[in-house]
Amino acid sequence: MTTKDATYTYTIRLGDDALILGHRLSELCSRGPILEEDLALTNVALDMIGRAQALLKYAADIEGKGKTDDDIAYRRAEINYYNHLLIEQPNADFAHTIARQLFVSVFEFLFYTELEKSRDETLAAIASKTIKEIKYHMQHAIDWTLRLGDGTSESHNRMQTAVNDLWMYTGELFEMDEVDAQLMRDGIAVDLIPIKAQWHNDIKTVLSKATLLMPEDTYMQTGSKKGIHTENLGHILSEMQYLQRAYPDAVW
Amino acid sequence: MVTVDLYPNEVYNLISEIPDPEIPVITIKDLGILRGVRVEDGVYTVTITPTYTACPAMGMISDQIKEILGSHGVTNVEVELTYKPAWTTDWLTQEAKLKLKKYGIAPPNHSSCSKLFSTAEIVSCPRCNSKHTSLISRFGSTACKALYKCDDCKETFDAFKCH
Repeated sequence: MTTKDATYTYTIRLGDDALILGHRLSELCSRGPILEEDLALTNVALDMIGRAQALLKYAADIEGKGKTDDDIAYRRAEINYYNHLLIEQPNADFAHTIARQLFVSVFEFLFYTELEKSRDETLAAIASKTIKEIKYHMQHAIDWTLRLGDGTSESHNRMQTAVNDLWMYTGELFEMDEVDAQLMRDGIAVDLIPIKAQWHNDIKTVLSKATLLMPEDTYMQTGSKKGIHTENLGHILSEMQYLQRAYPDAVW
Repeated sequence: MVTVDLYPNEVYNLISEIPDPEIPVITIKDLGILRGVRVEDGVYTVTITPTYTACPAMGMISDQIKEILGSHGVTNVEVELTYKPAWTTDWLTQEAKLKLKKYGIAPPNHSSCSKLFSTAEIVSCPRCNSKHTSLISRFGSTACKALYKCDDCKETFDAFKCH
């Protein structure tokens, strides 16, 4: 595998996390539990779509076949999407939305802080831009985790259930394969081993402050690095790609 | 078509007063969105940077740049988007901060906010200057603002997020 091929795959993976989470959160537009949350979650969605645009445009440039970021975003089959399984999990109740945001944003904060040091200048520039936005996403998720966890017995139980339900999708965040190995040798990719330890530490701190229990490690789901997804991604894509499938080449 | 030869700084001055589409009291120069102008082989390249990655105003700002320069006979214009260095509210001029406050938006303090648990930031009410304010929502009507309320004059107000 050449560095170019590996960088392409690496960039698509990062772009897909942003694209799919952006779409997932945009489903909450006009359906937030309160007006302020409607604004907050859709603001996060917008940041995600902006990041996806930057990353997928870069992927298209690397590939060099004249594709646009939209071509990459809308014209792939499910098995060619590489977002983490955690990302595609449904919004379900507000507790599930927040638990997913907590796990993802703490991970992204640690990850993109390191990616800023990447030898790939474009990835480093996108990282330094996006990290500022991630800090807000993380603060938002932590605020709500504390409020729900240390709230009423109903909110506490729901938050604990959400944390437990999503736990089996968190192991995958730290998986590395030959693409990561190759790019780590080149000084481009982030080593996820130290990030895993820090993530566990940070999540434990937040959960304990929120009077929530840290789930025990059980079986961890895996597959997204090979394009194997839960049933949720297909549903997202059927909606997200509808326009491009019904009206190919449609533009604004 | 009339072609006009202008120095890059003249081009810069022509477009520096373009107002931000979402906060029209400040210009793209005040905000630090306009990064520079260079000329190469008769093509003027204007570099802009988004405040937020997905800032929806970028397209409009880019169109306005071309429109204004076009009206001065400068048609060979390219607008380039850069992410580096990443935009920060530290680039806002003192003058811009005063304009924001007058407009009813609390200006940003400093740009760092990266701890796991945030300590509450003191934001002054742009109307009565009271420091007794509370955060309603970290996210406001546009990507760059948060929503606060003043505990003294009871008004809600937008605050420019530190970034």
